[in-house]
Amino acid sequence: MNANTDLILYEEEFQQIVAEVERLCRDANAKVVFLVDKNGQLIASSGNAGGMDTTSLASLTAGNIAATGGLAKLLGEKEFSILFHEGEKDNMHISLVGDRVILVVIFDSRTSLGLVRLRVKRTSEALTRIFETIVRKSEAEKSAPGAAGVEAASAFAEITEDDIDNLFR
Amino acid sequence: MSFINYASREINCKLVYYGPGLCGKTTNLQYIYQKTNPDIRGKMISLATETERTLFFDFLPLALGSIRGFKVRFHLYTVPGQVFYDASRKLILKGVDGVIFVADSQLERMEANVESVENLRLNLQEQGYDLDKLPYVIQYNKRDLANVAPLHEMRELINPNGVPDYEAVAPVGTGVFDTLKAVARLVLIELKRGQGG
Repeated sequence: MNANTDLILYEEEFQQIVAEVERLCRDANAKVVFLVDKNGQLIASSGNAGGMDTTSLASLTAGNIAATGGLAKLLGEKEFSILFHEGEKDNMHISLVGDRVILVVIFDSRTSLGLVRLRVKRTSEALTRIFETIVRKSEAEKSAPGAAGVEAASAFAEITEDDIDNLFR
Repeated sequence: MSFINYASREINCKLVYYGPGLCGKTTNLQYIYQKTNPDIRGKMISLATETERTLFFDFLPLALGSIRGFKVRFHLYTVPGQVFYDASRKLILKGVDGVIFVADSQLERMEANVESVENLRLNLQEQGYDLDKLPYVIQYNKRDLANVAPLHEMRELINPNGVPDYEAVAPVGTGVFDTLKAVARLVLIELKRGQGG
């Protein structure tokens, strides 16, 4: 998926993504699981994210992955697909899914890195399939609006100057 | 690239402030942060050195309101302006929807401005973007100083295509919101165009 094309999520795929993220959080016995777009937008989260600044977390995670990707290229690697940050209490497991989204698992001593890795692998495969569908739908929608059977783009086609002005009132 | 979520009815767009070192990119974000209602802004993050020079980026999320039932969110980023941070600058441009170039109006910084615009064009090209096709506005900052270049000269140098441009004094907010509004408008018009409007 070209990172410069708009990411458009419809209800059906969004629910599938949320279900996968929730399942990972449960099965890996993690504290929180996030799914972040490579450009720093939060897509979904599960677990006890209350009190966490999820917007900042998404942006910094994407920055982290971007910087690490830059390092990989310097070393002649395509990408470092997994990052692991170990803290005193909490740890972060960060992995790239399908070169487009970032899966973040925050966990503590109630589980193990091995279990997290194992469960992340399964979730990555499922998410990759979902995102392939999203790309297919987006492309179909672009070539024949309405093809995805959604209210779609027309919502934005009707944006007026007044709408834009009202944002800044 | 915008991120449109039909399930949560949100549009997220990424805006990047670009320009030479010490031109006022971070100051723009700080002013916006100070002057926006805490209900519509998130935390401002600055990844800076101990001497407060931007090392990686500043980040400020804004939730402006709704359009056609969709919550519109803008994520504002600055790049590090110093020449040797080019690798980091490239990373911040990933997925950009609109660019604000902050020029330093002081005469002795004209060369730095020109170099920075060229660097912007080149770094965008590497990511598959064309500066001439992207929502893009220019801000001539530091207009309150004594040694500034005349506006027409700056336009000739860094705005040959006549994109929307604004004079500014970022620390006191002159021109800051005008610049932001202008690029936000262009991004939304582009979104409308891209979605068959």
